[in-house]
Amino acid sequence: MSQQPEHLQKTALNEAHRRAGAKMVDFSGWEMPLHYGSQVDEHHAVRQKAGMFDVSHMVVSYLVGVDSTRYLSGLLANDVARLEDPGKALYSCMLNGQGGVIDDLIVYWMGGDRYRIVTNAATRVNDMAWMQRQLSGFSAVLTEKPGVAMVAVQGPNARAAVLGWLSDASREIVESLDRFFAADVEEGFIARTGYTGEDGFEVMVPQYEVEGFWQTMVDAGVEPCGLGARDTLRLEAGMMLYGADMTEETTPLESGLSWTVALEPEQREFVGSEALFRQKIDGVPRKLVGLLLDGRGVMRSHQKLFVADREVGEVTSGGFSPTLKRTIALARIQADVEGDCEVEIRGKRTPVAIGRPLFVRNGKAV
Amino acid sequence: MSEIPQGLRYSKSHEWIDDDAGTVTIGITDHAQELLGDIVFVELPEVGQQLDLDGECGVVESVKAASDIYAPLAGEIVEVNEALMDSPEQVNDAPYEAWIFKMRLKNPADLDQLLDAAGYASLAEAE
Repeated sequence: MSQQPEHLQKTALNEAHRRAGAKMVDFSGWEMPLHYGSQVDEHHAVRQKAGMFDVSHMVVSYLVGVDSTRYLSGLLANDVARLEDPGKALYSCMLNGQGGVIDDLIVYWMGGDRYRIVTNAATRVNDMAWMQRQLSGFSAVLTEKPGVAMVAVQGPNARAAVLGWLSDASREIVESLDRFFAADVEEGFIARTGYTGEDGFEVMVPQYEVEGFWQTMVDAGVEPCGLGARDTLRLEAGMMLYGADMTEETTPLESGLSWTVALEPEQREFVGSEALFRQKIDGVPRKLVGLLLDGRGVMRSHQKLFVADREVGEVTSGGFSPTLKRTIALARIQADVEGDCEVEIRGKRTPVAIGRPLFVRNGKAV
Repeated sequence: MSEIPQGLRYSKSHEWIDDDAGTVTIGITDHAQELLGDIVFVELPEVGQQLDLDGECGVVESVKAASDIYAPLAGEIVEVNEALMDSPEQVNDAPYEAWIFKMRLKNPADLDQLLDAAGYASLAEAE
């Protein structure tokens, strides 16, 4: 096999991945594990027991300052006013003036005027430039936090594994976290969030401590998982992937993300809000749906969809669902299409059922 | 390094071929299954199908991509491994046991065109 190019960035767990026999790939300039042998086995581990993902390539930023809430209120399509309790997380898109999605992110309110923001690795440079530009005129400071490693531990046994690693004092705090809440404890920053449709934690620790944490999780029976399983897990859970299911060319309303857009109160203006209101009035032309195919074959991104001879859209993310043992996809189609359509797989059209973009939650088919 | 048993013959398109007096058993190599990743569907040829050299005779679909299977030799399909329909992962777990189809060769001398283990090893290495 050819060597990976030298210029790829490495996370603090790179050596641990290699020792575990990971197949490493270039993911947005980072050398990351695709799988450690079988991505299907890793997928099942998360649904049935517990698995963990090195997500240290993601970007963690700190926001602080008297205007930080007002700034985020104008920056994000979701409304930070919904963050009523410290530690609460909010998922949101960050839009351009046309309502297109620059990135999706999670913002945690840490109390007072302090926030933490986690954004995608692929959009790092663009995001940071955009967020800094929008800061002008606000009294707040946004800085990327260096030296942080992040591991997502997910699955029905994930909580117990992470709780077992904590000191008694920390455990008491973390054990009481509701879903979508986070806390700072002596070991690090721990959030009950994830990208798999399972319960679990995302754990941020200093880079120099992450190998120890990783090994403790391995000893507790948590399976190392790569990007391959991460993608099929989020696909089953109907969670959108930036760059595939939404881009700068699509609005959240066309991406199955209306629930993350706070159009009320109407007096709150945010970047892209005007475009979204206009789209709402004119009618949203396309929608994001789930596709489930009963036959063989695998739906993959960019495959075209048809109703009779009319091309009605395309697959934005597709793959094989290890839980359902058949192929599932997210697709963007014209808003008027209901019921069935045909997907063109390798030159052949096959009927496929259109449904909700959600297939599996908490280990069960939905 | 992937496993390449002695005693089998190999094609440049990563099939292994086990000859038994002009009837051959064919599967994909360990190297091929490693490149493909988890295999989720195998589409088999039909018994009785006549194939030319390099004729399309099935599909192996993995989490990563769909790959056509090409006949490494000319002949007639005499048997297919239907167990792979329900458990395609056998190809990952035991690539040299999970055969895909058997064919009766049109011209057994064609076997000489194939690679031996050493020849295939250097091909796989170069990739």
